[in-house]
Amino acid sequence: MTQVNHLIEIQGLKKTYQSGNTKVDAIKQMEFFIDDEEFITIMGQSGSGKSTLLSIMGALNQPTQGKVLVDSLDLYSLSGEQRADFRSEYIGFIFQSFQLIPYLTVLENVKLPMAVTGQKKKIKNQMALEVIQRVGLETKANRLPDQLSGGEQERVAIARAIVNKPPIILADEPTGNLDTKTANEIMMLLQSLNEEGHTIIVVTHNSDMGAYATRSIKVQDGECFA
Amino acid sequence: MKLHNISFGNIKRRKGKMLFLVLGLVIGISTVVTLLSITESMTKNIEERLNQFGANIVMVPKSENLSLNYGGIDVGGVNYQVREFDQEKLADIKTIKNYKNLSIIAPKVLGPVKVNNKNVLLMGVIFEEELALKTWWQKTGGTFPQKENDVILGSGVASLFGFKIGETISLSGNPFNVATILKPTGASEDDAIIAGLSVSQNLLGKEGRLSMVEISAFCQGCPITELTLQIAEKFPNAKVTAMKQAVMSKMQSIDMFRSFSLGISIIVIFIGSLLVLVTMMGSVNERTREIGIFRAIGFRRGHVMQIILLEALLLGIIGGILGFVIGNLIAYGIIPLVMKDGVFAGINANLGIVSILMAVALSLLASLYPAFKASNMDPSEALRSL
Repeated sequence: MTQVNHLIEIQGLKKTYQSGNTKVDAIKQMEFFIDDEEFITIMGQSGSGKSTLLSIMGALNQPTQGKVLVDSLDLYSLSGEQRADFRSEYIGFIFQSFQLIPYLTVLENVKLPMAVTGQKKKIKNQMALEVIQRVGLETKANRLPDQLSGGEQERVAIARAIVNKPPIILADEPTGNLDTKTANEIMMLLQSLNEEGHTIIVVTHNSDMGAYATRSIKVQDGECFA
Repeated sequence: MKLHNISFGNIKRRKGKMLFLVLGLVIGISTVVTLLSITESMTKNIEERLNQFGANIVMVPKSENLSLNYGGIDVGGVNYQVREFDQEKLADIKTIKNYKNLSIIAPKVLGPVKVNNKNVLLMGVIFEEELALKTWWQKTGGTFPQKENDVILGSGVASLFGFKIGETISLSGNPFNVATILKPTGASEDDAIIAGLSVSQNLLGKEGRLSMVEISAFCQGCPITELTLQIAEKFPNAKVTAMKQAVMSKMQSIDMFRSFSLGISIIVIFIGSLLVLVTMMGSVNERTREIGIFRAIGFRRGHVMQIILLEALLLGIIGGILGFVIGNLIAYGIIPLVMKDGVFAGINANLGIVSILMAVALSLLASLYPAFKASNMDPSEALRSL
C-alpha cells in the first residue's frame, strides 16, 4: 500500500475556547487534507470556526486536540520560536482589512517579512520591487497605506504575503472590504499566484468566490464538509 | 528593511507619546544634572572662598611642652626652648602627593626686636605669600612694602609708639621705613612689626630658620586631614595642625546638600522611570495588532523585543542629551540665585557621558517589562484584535 503525502493534513482537530466559565467549541471535529498547488476556499458563515481553522493551519493557534501536518511536519510539536521560523519560511498571510503597518511605505510594508531573513539589502529591495510590480503597484512603492485605495492596499497585503516566496498563502476574507469588481480582480490575482505554484487557502463567507478555487471546504458549526 | 526601520518608523508616527516618554527622561536627567552642577559649583566657590579665608594648615616646630596660651592670652610661666625649621627643607613640601592642592605656602620667622627699648614681636614674612593669604589686611595709607627695609606696623604698635606712615624707625638699632600701618585686625599682627623674611632672619640672628609655616589648602575629594598627614610625614619634626572647623563646616553643608540632591534625584528618576514604563506599556498595548502581524509573518519573540528596546535605546539617547543640556541651562540660570557670588562651574563632559548612559539604562530598564510582555504576546490572541 502506497503512502500518499499531502501538503497539509488536518487530523482529529478540535479547538475549544474558554470564555469565563463557559467553554465554546470553535472547532468540534475536523479531518481533511490539502495537496500542493491547490486553490482552496474555506466557506462558512460568521462564527462557523473558519478563521480559527486558518490560524491553526498558520501555526498561530495551538489546537486543543489533533494534529496539523505540513509536509509531514507536526506543527504543534515545534517550539514557539520554531513555529515563527516555519511561518517565515512556509506561510504568507493575507489578513482581513489588509493590516498594513501605517507608518511604513508600500515598499517597506512589502519588505517587512524580510526584516528577519538573512538576505542582503540589495536583494531584498529587488525582490520587494518585483512583487510590487507583480501586483501592479510599481508607481506607488513610496506611498503610505492611507494614500491608497482599498483594492491597492489589498494588493500590498498580497505582495507582502508572497515576497518570501512561501509555498502556502493563507487569506482571511481578502475581499471582505472590497467592491465586487475589485474583489474579482483580487481573486484573479490569487488565481494567477496559484498557477505560479503557490498553494492558496482562502477563508470567505462569500460563496461566489468559490468559482476561483480548485476545491471548496464548507465549515459549519465547527465541523467541515469537503 | 531592518528591525530598526520599524523602531524609527514607530517613533516618528507616535511623536506625541514618544515626546512624553522623552520628557520623563529629561525631567529625571536634568534634575540630576542641575543638582550635581550646583553641588560642583558650590564646592568650587567654597574652594575659592577658603583661599580668601586664610590658612587652614599650620606647621610649627614640635615641642615637648603644651602651649599655655588661649585666644592670644598667654598664661605663661613656662619657658621652653623655641625650636625652628630649616628653611631649605621647606622645599620638600613640593614632594607630597597632593602638592597641587596647596595654593599658598607662607613661611615666617618670629622673634623679639628692640623698639625704643621695648620688646616688640617681629614677624618676618614673604610679603607676596602673606598678602595673598591675609586678604583681610587693610592698610590705613601708604603702600604695602616694596623695598627690603620697608615694614608694616600693626595698629597696636603704631598707636603705642605713635609711629606714622613714611617715618623711619629703629629695630634693634637698624633703620626701617614704615610703608603702611594696618587697620586693627583683632589678631596677633596688631601687636607686631611685619618685615621681609630674610631681613628679619638677620635681625633675629635666625638665618635660614623658620618659626612657622601657614598653608592655605583645599582638596576636593580628599579630606584636609589627609593633606596634613602627608605634610607631617615629610616633616617629622613639625607639628602640622589642620584648622578643620572652617573647612568642615563648609564641607558639611555641601555634604548635606549633596545628600539632599541624591535623595531628590532618586525620587525624580524613579518618577521618570515610571513615566517611561507607563508610556511604553501604553504603546505596547496600542500596538497589539501590529505585534500580532509581526509574529504572524515570522518574527521571533526576540525580534519583537529588539524593536521595543531599540526604541527605548534611541529615546534614552535623546532624553540623555536633552536632559544634560537642559540641566546645565537650569544650573547656569539658578546658581546666581541660590548662591551669593555663585558662578556656574562649567560643562562637565564626563557628566554628559554619564547622563546619556544613565538615560539609556533607565529607558531600557523601564522598557524591559513592556518589551517582555510584547514578545510573549500570543500571536493568535493578538490577531483576534484584527
